[in-house]
Formats: sequence, C-alpha cells, structure tokens
Amino acid sequence: MKLDLGPDYAAFRDEVIGLLTQNAHIAPGPKDAGMKHPKRLAWQKFLIENGLAARTIPKAYGGYGAEPDLMKARLIAEAFATTGITRPLAGQGISMFVPTLLQLGTEAQKQAYIRPTLHGEMVWCQGYSEPEAGSDLAALRTRAEEDGDDYIINGQKIWTSTAKQADMMFCLVRTHPQAPKHEGITYITFPMSTPGIDVRPLVDMTGAANFNEVFFTNVRVPKSGVIGQPGQGWMVANATLTHERGMLGDSNATKARFLELAAMMQRETAHGQRLIDSPILRDRLMKLQAEVYAMQANGLRVTTHALKGESAGLAGLVIKLMGCELNHQIAGLAIDALGEDGVLYGEGDLAREWQWRSMYDLGLIIGGGTAQIQKNIISERGLGLPREPKPAKA
Amino acid sequence: MEFALTSEQLMLQESLKGFLSGALPLDTLKAVAAGDAAQRERIEQGLAEFGLTGLLAPESAGGLGLGLGLLDAVVVQDQLGYAAAPSNFTSTAIMTAAAPTLAADFVSGNARAAVTLQGLSTSSDAFVLGPADATHLLYVHGATTLRVTAWPGGEALNTIDRTRTVFKTSIRGDAKPIVSNGNPARVVAIARLFVAADTLGAAQAMLDKAVAYAAERKQFGRVIGSFQAVKHLCAEMAAKLEPSRALVWQAAYALDTNDPEALVMANLAKAHLSEVGTFIARTATEVHGGMGFTDLVGLHYWYKRIGLNRALFGSPEAARETAAHLQGFVSHDAPSKWHAH
Repeated sequence: MKLDLGPDYAAFRDEVIGLLTQNAHIAPGPKDAGMKHPKRLAWQKFLIENGLAARTIPKAYGGYGAEPDLMKARLIAEAFATTGITRPLAGQGISMFVPTLLQLGTEAQKQAYIRPTLHGEMVWCQGYSEPEAGSDLAALRTRAEEDGDDYIINGQKIWTSTAKQADMMFCLVRTHPQAPKHEGITYITFPMSTPGIDVRPLVDMTGAANFNEVFFTNVRVPKSGVIGQPGQGWMVANATLTHERGMLGDSNATKARFLELAAMMQRETAHGQRLIDSPILRDRLMKLQAEVYAMQANGLRVTTHALKGESAGLAGLVIKLMGCELNHQIAGLAIDALGEDGVLYGEGDLAREWQWRSMYDLGLIIGGGTAQIQKNIISERGLGLPREPKPAKA
Repeated sequence: MEFALTSEQLMLQESLKGFLSGALPLDTLKAVAAGDAAQRERIEQGLAEFGLTGLLAPESAGGLGLGLGLLDAVVVQDQLGYAAAPSNFTSTAIMTAAAPTLAADFVSGNARAAVTLQGLSTSSDAFVLGPADATHLLYVHGATTLRVTAWPGGEALNTIDRTRTVFKTSIRGDAKPIVSNGNPARVVAIARLFVAADTLGAAQAMLDKAVAYAAERKQFGRVIGSFQAVKHLCAEMAAKLEPSRALVWQAAYALDTNDPEALVMANLAKAHLSEVGTFIARTATEVHGGMGFTDLVGLHYWYKRIGLNRALFGSPEAARETAAHLQGFVSHDAPSKWHAH
C-alpha cells in the first residue's frame, strides 16, 4: 500500500488544479444551455488543448495525444470534483462511441468522426434499447435489409438520450434474422437527418424529456457506416457497454455530491437550527459518508488493478450497483433534511435540483443494466454461481 | 500509487488462514466456546509462533522491528475474524498502540491486556475485552485521558459470543495509573478499526459459506444458487462487503501515515462494518435455510462474533457521532466526548 502521490504526480495535480481555477471564468455555467453553446465548445477546446479532456486520444484524431496514464486521468477527474468547475463534455459519443471507434473503426471512420465528436461539434445518440429489448438487449428487432450499397432500416428504438440534438446515431440493427440472436446484429452509424427518422420526446418523471423514442420507416443508410463487420454488432456493442458501466458510478462525482449535501446541511436552517444539528439527520449523513469513503477506496483499488492490467474482480463488478444507489441515497437525505420544503419543485427552489437528481438517479439505477441484471453479473461472474437455466423451448 | 496489499501481507494472510483452518475446525471452535481452556491456550500458542504480538512493537520492546504498521495488524485481525478465532491479539495490539513504553511486557507474554473505551470511575463499571488472566487495564479517565492501571479484577460476562472473553469491571479508589496519556482519540479510532477488521473477516467467512451452500444445495431439481431470489442475496452481500474491505485497508493506512482524515475514516469504518456485518450475518443465515438456524452447521458463531463486534467499543451510532465531532459537524459538545456508549 502506498497512497502518497510522489513528487511528480503531486506536482501534476497542483498544476491541473491551478489551471482549472485560473481559467474558471471562461467555464460555461448552468445558464449557458444548449449542447453547442459557443462557451461550451470553447471550454472543451481549451480543456483538450491543455490535456484535461480527450487526453490519450491521438493528436491525429483531434485529441491531446498523451501516453495513457491512469493515475493522471484519476487526478484530473478528482481535480474537477474538488474544484466543482465544469467538467469536459461527456456525451455518449465521447464516452462510448469514440473508444469503440478507436478500437474497431477503419482509418476513414476515425478521421471523419473522432475530431468533431471530441470537440462537441458532432453530437451522437445511441440506438440500442427497444420496447421489446431492454435487459434482453440481444432480442432487438429493428431490421436492416441489404439493398445494393445501402441498408434499409425499419423499426423503433427507445430511451435514446439527446436524439433531438444529435447529428449522428450509432445503432444496433438486425441484419441476419436467421442467425442466432447474438450473431445477427450489426453496429451501424448514420446521420439523424436521414429521411424516414422520426424522433418523439419521451417525457419522464422529472418533467423533462431526457429520452426519446426514435422510429425508422424505410431509412436508407450506406453500408460504409458499419463499424466492425456485419453480424458482429453484439461484440462491438459490448466493447462500449463496459465503458458505460464504469461511467455510471464515478466515485469522484459521488464525493462531490456528498460535499454539497454536507455544506447544505451546515448552511440551511429549520426552526432556527442548522439542519446538521439534528442528531438524526447528522447520523444519516455520517452513514452516507462511510459509504462514500468506501466507494472512493474501492475506486483506488480498482485503479491499481487497472494500472497493472489485471481484472479488479468483485471490486469492479459492484461499482455500478453501489455507486448509483449511493448517489440516489445522498439526494434522498437532502430532500428529507429540507422537510416540507424538500418537495418544492419550482424553478429556483433549492429542493428542485435534489428532487431532479433523486428521480434521474432512479433512471440510472434502471438504465445501463438494471440493478437486478447487475446482481446477476455479480453473483455469476464474481461469485461463480450458476446461470439461471434457460426456459424449455415451447 | 498502489492500493493493494503487499506480497508479504498476502503471504501473512495466507499462512494465517492455513494455520487457523487446520487448528480450528468447527469441533474445536465448539469446544473453545464451551469453555475448553486447553484448546484456547493451544490456539493462542500457535498464533504466538507467528510473532503476532510483536507485530506492532518496536525492536527495543522485543518486537519484530519490521517496521510493520496497523495495516499489517488489520490483515491479521481480518483472518482472526474469518476463523472466529479466540485470541488476545486485539486487546494486546490496542494496548501496544496506546502504551508503547509497556510493549515489551506484552510482547514477552509477561503481561496481558484488557481494554475498554468507556470512562471508568469507582462508581461506574465498564465492559472490558481481555483474557481471564489479564494483568493491565486500559481505560478512558475523565473522558479525555487514557490510563493504564493494574487489572482490578472483574466479573466474567456471558455474551452471545463465546469465542472471546468479556468482563465487567470498575476501578478501585486507590488505583494508580501506570501510564496516563492525554489524547484518547487516536487509540479510540485504532480500537474501533480492529473491531471493524474482525467483522470484515467474519462477514467474509459467512458470505463464503453461504455461496458454497447455495452452489451445492438442491431443491426443485436445481442448485438453489441458480435461483435469482438466492443469488441476488449473495450479490447484495458481496456488493456491500467488497468496498468495505477497501475502507478498512485505507483507514489503517491513513492511521499509519498520519493522514488528517484517518480518525474519521477509522470511526466510520467501525460504524459501516457494523451495518454491513449485521446485514451479512442475517442474510448468510437465510441463504442456508433451516440449516443456518442449527447448531450443527455452526454459522451462529460468526453471527454472534459480528453481534459482539457491533456493540464493542461503541455502537455504530456512537462511532458516527465521533466522526461528526472530529469534522466539526456538532455545535455543542455532548457530555461524553468519545461517545463510547
């Protein structure tokens, strides 16, 4: 065990924090809405040029081009968490599509997509889930039939974030309906402006449309948009799902949220008493702090395994389940601590953000592999328990 | 950065595990719990050959002088909990940390430690962890000072956990402090961390037993571990326990390196492992079905070990309140600064 950073990493951390705090004034705030707001794009460009975003992506593709160094990546993430300064863009294009493309794309595809995606100029959405293919994603039915150099797509996707704003979609379609279900899927990309695509916002419990339904009617897309080989889409998609599960349980984001809650409980009062002065609320806060520490320590352990190129085993498998739940619990305490004011959901109400997070987190507990699917994975891959037997064929 | 046990620590862990699984089969554990002093002594002797008592002591005090720290001690305590082993290691290690000047006597076996974190006076008594032949008592005096005195004698208590010995004692009016130390906060944190580590091991043992049982027991023509109702219980135990392990390691490392957050982490580790341990104690029992409830399988020894640990050296609520105090989250000091009750 050796947790001190050593002089080089300590200097790197200080340099990053210095860079962020000195330039905080050019960072976009909550008011600079819109995915392509000039302030957002300028901030992203600044972060990439200084190695604080797209750090290990080659310069030739518009990244910063640093050697992979997980420790530095971790210190950068921590610097954003501790300073509270606006993070780099992290849509599904950057977090999921770019890593997939780097691994499995052709040179032409990499040249065309990575640079604008990293810079926020090209926004992506992910076409995976369907009404009849949720946890059982490989059961997807959206059909793509060959027609010369094109595919003709018909079907429907659901839970598509940012479909309204997206320029492009990376999508799973069934190209080989006779093949076993995991082997008949193709991973394909196309512009959202292609005729025949209809995006309908799906208003969720938060009151906003964070997701959409996307309908395809005879959508003609070129075969050149396929990533990997036709029929290998399941393998291509799994490369990115691993990324998503790591993303949904970032312990630095959890720590930042906890610190926000602790500050709120010391600042806000009820009946002339600080919220933290209630022994019951304070006890609940300390319970959550123990879990935040545990997830942070677990994250360090997982990072160490990753640095050695080893699997982190159970420590890695539990992150999505435990991290999302903990975020939800932190928002839950904030709501309870505010008492009746905790249910106020008007613009500008203190509780609104916490209520929104609590509800949105529930979406994250379900999305990206439900909590129940996570428990299957933990017990089967982590503990070696047998898989659920397949139902007998009717 | 390297957040992992060293190869030496892993070796210590493996060799202890090997020794204890051989020396303490279930029948022996049952004999120890039923009061077989010879068996208890045999285990203690076997552990002594590992040099555990000297682990934390400097060479000048007869210790191993290996520069070992709390993380090594926590690795040991974890294995003692895993085996539900009877051992004076816990009270000895806490005493050595609290009163290094006396360490030589405890390392040589000339002295034996009993420990409480409760404030003691002539009119109040306290719950003490230690052997029947203790020679020294570590306690909190006037809520803000640590003291070591000669063992005043005590009344053995019948707790749920018969693998360890616990006494009720009070001090005599003429008790002279052998050591008086002004800052109990660090020792309180260390004592609580040891208990957390013991629960970590005991809970891991229960989880391992539950998973093994679920993979073997058949009902409806299938092993019960293939039913989601059962496998999800196992997953929940693992999901709570695995991050807890990292927390215990980090708290120990933080104490070893004087990290400013060390005391908060150690107190929260005690509180958190108490909660996780209680969950695993009942859930692992449930996974065993009716057999979990029997004396035959003996799962209850670990259940009770976790139960005593939860109360020992302060409840989870008390440990959390200490953590809140340490961070300045409490406006007015509560009457008892260390919240040991």
